[in-house]
Amino acid sequence: MAYVAVKGGEAAISAAHSWLAEARRGARDVPALELAQIKEQLSRAVDRVMAEGALYDRDLAALAIAQAQGDLIEAAFLLRAYRTTLPRLIDTDPVDTGAMLISRRVSAIFKDLPGGQRLGPTTDYTHRLLDFSLETAGAAPAPVPAAAVESIEKMPRVTDLLGAESLIENDPSGDETPRDLTMEPVEHPAPRDVRLQGLARGDEGFLLALGYSTQRGYGQNHPFVGELRVGEVPVSIVPPELGFAIEIGDVMLTECQMVNQFGGSKTAPPQFTRGYGLCFGHADRKAMAMSLVDRAMRAAELGEDASAPAQSVEFVLSHCDNIEATGFVEHLKLPHHVDFQSELETIRAMRAEARETLKRAEALGALKRDETKRESETP
Amino acid sequence: MKGYNFAYLDEQTKRMIRRAILKAVAIPGHQIPFASREMPLPYGWGTGGIQVTSAIIGPDDVLKVIDQGADDTTNAVSIRGFFGRVAGVRTTTHTAEASVIQTRHRIPETLLRPDQILVYQVPQPEPLYKLEPSRAATRRRHALAEYGEMHVRLYEDITRFGRVATAYDHPVMVNQRYLMSPSPIPAFDNPKMHRMPALQLFGAGREKRIYAVPPYTDVRSLDFEDHPFHPGRAPHCCELCGSTTSYLDEIIIDDKGGKMFACSDTDYCESNRSDAA
Repeated sequence: MAYVAVKGGEAAISAAHSWLAEARRGARDVPALELAQIKEQLSRAVDRVMAEGALYDRDLAALAIAQAQGDLIEAAFLLRAYRTTLPRLIDTDPVDTGAMLISRRVSAIFKDLPGGQRLGPTTDYTHRLLDFSLETAGAAPAPVPAAAVESIEKMPRVTDLLGAESLIENDPSGDETPRDLTMEPVEHPAPRDVRLQGLARGDEGFLLALGYSTQRGYGQNHPFVGELRVGEVPVSIVPPELGFAIEIGDVMLTECQMVNQFGGSKTAPPQFTRGYGLCFGHADRKAMAMSLVDRAMRAAELGEDASAPAQSVEFVLSHCDNIEATGFVEHLKLPHHVDFQSELETIRAMRAEARETLKRAEALGALKRDETKRESETP
Repeated sequence: MKGYNFAYLDEQTKRMIRRAILKAVAIPGHQIPFASREMPLPYGWGTGGIQVTSAIIGPDDVLKVIDQGADDTTNAVSIRGFFGRVAGVRTTTHTAEASVIQTRHRIPETLLRPDQILVYQVPQPEPLYKLEPSRAATRRRHALAEYGEMHVRLYEDITRFGRVATAYDHPVMVNQRYLMSPSPIPAFDNPKMHRMPALQLFGAGREKRIYAVPPYTDVRSLDFEDHPFHPGRAPHCCELCGSTTSYLDEIIIDDKGGKMFACSDTDYCESNRSDAA
């Protein structure tokens, strides 16, 4: 009987999982991908999965990418679902990006600056020509010695230089503990610490599109890249039993300080304002888009007109998480036949009523035609 | 399961969820924000219901999971398997045997008892979201019990279509105070919520809300005196058990317009058939 076709979910699920494993492995005559290869050679994918998965662990990110067949949102989801089970042992001290071991540092607002510009491993000036030499796994490229970094102290953040002249708004570090959006539900309007957390793990594509929209007039924004820096920063904790900070490792971060015009207000003189982007790994696009959206969301705080999507804190934060978004969009493929059945009955009833109305109207029309006919026939 | 706490969530998280549930029970129909966790199943698959079940289930509980009324739909199978794996609890397909029933889109046909808990998976806890997308604004509406817009919407349906066009997720008024989404159950199931002896808990994972209807609480579907609420079902009887009162699935059996109607509640249908045999 046809009804039997909807049964057997258990066997179907198990068979689907076997097929998935087979598809993941691909043709057996091709060597299986090693996680180290993903970690080393697909490092931008690893960076993205760590950022959106909100967990800094290159090995686990590589595992997630392999398990997800390279589907990066699925990989980020795997990482998140693992992260949520981990105990929170301690909070680190805030990292100091000013003390970053710089691999890349560019400023668009000064030709040169203390510490200099440093391109680093960027695709910015590559010509996007497919490199067919990569088709055959060839010899490693010849090493080129990197220019020596002057001491870190000589590479101050550009915004600190502007700040010295009070040309840019002050960004004081507060003493209050930032809220944690994974441990407390977000309430709107969300404060900036929560906003930045949401953006840091938000979907790169969504933030890119929203940041782009501000450049095209949906939310006024006159941005300059004050500085974009990529590099490793040390992470420290203060164990309560020790009472002093110890370094527990380094994380690679990308930080973008976007500098924006501001006309001033009754209480503040005209000065530049900040949009801030910070994310795991080397991710210019994500950090820059984040800084545009962060600045756009400050519209209300700065007394600007706030009517564009990127300026709505609730809109941005409610939709930037791709784990939430992909879940709800994709859940539409789950069975909905009970609801659909109720819609079917409603629409059938509405159509029957519409047909009746039409029939009555036609009958009434015919009656009227007959009457007019009779009247005209009456001498 | 090795490496995981009983029922997956750690005890701190369960405590946080239980606090939200207690608040929800204390204010029937009111949405309580909670720090929803990422679950190993995607948002939209029932993460809210799963978190609620995980927070309330104990080793002696017997769990039933249904989706679209059936125990054997893929997602129900998957969630039942999840709890079998991470909690090792006894599971059942029999409504009467279960102490906790997690559901998506249906209320069982069999009347529930005071010693049972019904956990709903909720995609969209905010009943006003189609009228006002900002949750900050809808919160204010709930605080002021300002629900006129919803009545206007129903009225507009009546003027345009001669009837309320909402066939599922028909909004309900709980305890004469809060407007509540009953989750996307068919309007047919709405009356079952009214003064139900069992505790009803609602979990919305992605939207991070929990709400509840305590036992024997008034739950009225929104309607008008001259246009009373109309719970609909297909005007047929079940071809498998002959029930004329249960909610029916319409199943297409060929490409020539052939179809059959059968109970959506598979356990109800099967027990009807075994009673007849």
